[in-house]
Amino acid sequence: MRTLTVPARFDQLETVRQFVVRAARDAGLSEKGVAAVEMAVDEACSNIIEHAYKGMAGGQIECTCFTDDRSLTVVLHDYGHPFDFASVPPPDLESSLEERRVGGLGVFLMRALMDEVRYENLGPGGNLLTMVKHLREGK
Amino acid sequence: MEITVQQYKHCDLVSIKGKVDSFTAPELSRVLEELNSQGRFKIVLNLSGVEYMSSAGLRALLLGQRACRRYNRGEIVLACVPPKVMDALELTGFTPMFKIFDNLTDAVGYF
Repeated sequence: MRTLTVPARFDQLETVRQFVVRAARDAGLSEKGVAAVEMAVDEACSNIIEHAYKGMAGGQIECTCFTDDRSLTVVLHDYGHPFDFASVPPPDLESSLEERRVGGLGVFLMRALMDEVRYENLGPGGNLLTMVKHLREGK
Repeated sequence: MEITVQQYKHCDLVSIKGKVDSFTAPELSRVLEELNSQGRFKIVLNLSGVEYMSSAGLRALLLGQRACRRYNRGEIVLACVPPKVMDALELTGFTPMFKIFDNLTDAVGYF
């Protein structure tokens, strides 16, 4: 198990991506799987910075990775506002350029790229986002 | 991320190098808006140097395309799209919104 804690700022995304890419490679994921984890974690952290910590200064994101023989699990912990995943409608992938909504892509990508995405609000304990990628190609 | 702009007779070539994420995408939007404000709406985006693009980058492309196409003034086309970026474009259903060229000559020649 390894953990990285960073300030909740966009300029830290590169550091988080490098951290999970290393964990995903060490776990034995394919390069496609590594790229999926990299993007899903970036999208999740971007959401936390943009929405959970909206209007709050000094927030942090704690990223923990652990592996078993079947999967890589990434847990993101923050103390921002609760984020209601269920309220994010899936983007209409067929809509035209003018109609296309600009938001909602991040959550869509997290769900599409990972095998499991679970969100929990711990009250004063913050928010926990758990994402799992199976070592054997599922997606 | 580094962005360079070259002006051609019929279009502008915007080459992006590095990583386009929530931190860097605003700079891409700024460059595209600046071109628009100078009356330049026909743009080739050379993505050959892009190592990574998140949904923040995709959003910048979408908003840029909308601004350029408004009133039929122009268009953004993509050139030399790396496989990783192409995967993200396909997954999010963005491919029908952009003409995509394998090389810069064809992309610039389109305008």
